[in-house]
Amino acid sequence: METYYDPRDLGSFAEIGKDAPELAGKFFDYYNEVFAEGELTEREKALIALAVAHTVQCPYCIDAYTRACLEKGSHLGEMTEALHVVTAIRGGASLVHGVQMRKIAEKLSL
Amino acid sequence: MDESKQRRGEPFGERLARHGLALTRERTTALQVNVGLACDLSCGHCHLEAGPARGEMMSRAVMAEVIGCARRFRFDSIDLTGGAPELVPDLPYLVRGLAPETRRLIVRTNLVSLEGERGEELLQLYRELKVVLVASLPAGNQAQTEAQRGAGVWQKSIRALQRLNELGYGLPGSPLELDLVSNPSGAFLPAPQLQAQEKFQRDLARKHGVSFHNLYTFANVPLGRFRRFLERSGNLDDYLEKLTAGFNPCAVAGLMCRSQLSVDWCGRLYDCDFHLAQGLFLGGAARFIADLDELPAPGTPIAAADHCYACTVGSGFT
Repeated sequence: METYYDPRDLGSFAEIGKDAPELAGKFFDYYNEVFAEGELTEREKALIALAVAHTVQCPYCIDAYTRACLEKGSHLGEMTEALHVVTAIRGGASLVHGVQMRKIAEKLSL
Repeated sequence: MDESKQRRGEPFGERLARHGLALTRERTTALQVNVGLACDLSCGHCHLEAGPARGEMMSRAVMAEVIGCARRFRFDSIDLTGGAPELVPDLPYLVRGLAPETRRLIVRTNLVSLEGERGEELLQLYRELKVVLVASLPAGNQAQTEAQRGAGVWQKSIRALQRLNELGYGLPGSPLELDLVSNPSGAFLPAPQLQAQEKFQRDLARKHGVSFHNLYTFANVPLGRFRRFLERSGNLDDYLEKLTAGFNPCAVAGLMCRSQLSVDWCGRLYDCDFHLAQGLFLGGAARFIADLDELPAPGTPIAAADHCYACTVGSGFT
């Protein structure tokens, strides 16, 4: 069955530069610089990327950073904990808005 | 079609030629001895398909020939591998015979085979002769270790490492060298060696009180049991493409096959353990260690095979 997402498309990402090469060049240069070893290790950055990939729910990114995490030496326990951090923050972001709900409800209520 | 797609499937020899490289021998300084394929594990990445059902083992007669060769040529290092060397009955004879003939005698261990009375006897022998131990441990966690090596292996491995530390192996500053080898537990490439070493050292010390000296990370070679996993899981094409795409011409200069001889349990000679797995003999025809009257001259060609891509990906297999 045809789908909008094809895993092979990830390998064609660079083609996005065909009609706007300067902007793409700047983006990919920046992208590569971001993931280079800095104050954070490449392994730590890949774990953050994996977590963010699940937040933005990008299947390309999940594929790429699952592989990257394994190849940078992370194991499934660490990768799964990273997803729980995502889940806690996403869930927490909903729940903390309950403070607004409560304040509004209190204002409206006798 | 882009260039990388055109080059997919390019034979290793052609890739070398395109980079103006040739796979040839340098001075031979190391001897790797495969003492047999019997093993108490059946690891999923094993290029030799070693396991409990394999009966190939080096006899004492071949061991004597190996010791004679070591005496004639004085290798800088001699590296015993398998299978599980500990399962070979005459291993102590071989270890005692080789230890005086080289500066660095290495035994590769799966850790599990060091259990029990026999394992303890071997540990005492290794300590006495200051044998370097190189132990397989694919990951710093139970799930990935056991995915590759089988259920129950993690606890046994940790107990063996703790026992090695008790004996003085792997402690900071200790002359009893204990190194680990990590092969990825799947169809992905290994982590960069130094970063992986720091993480293994931190994790094993924190969680299990284990220390060791060096970690070596190696890519899995798409042969034997690992190749069958790749085929079965639908990962073969992607994995081969990853190896070829990651070809690093700078890694060729440091390849281990350029400076070592490999000998199997029958005494037959090869350039490396992977060529041994494929039956690619040194010089193209079966020759025996007992008949080796001189080492291959620098410049002698080494057979290039497509599995060599696993040794030239990233920083290489040295």
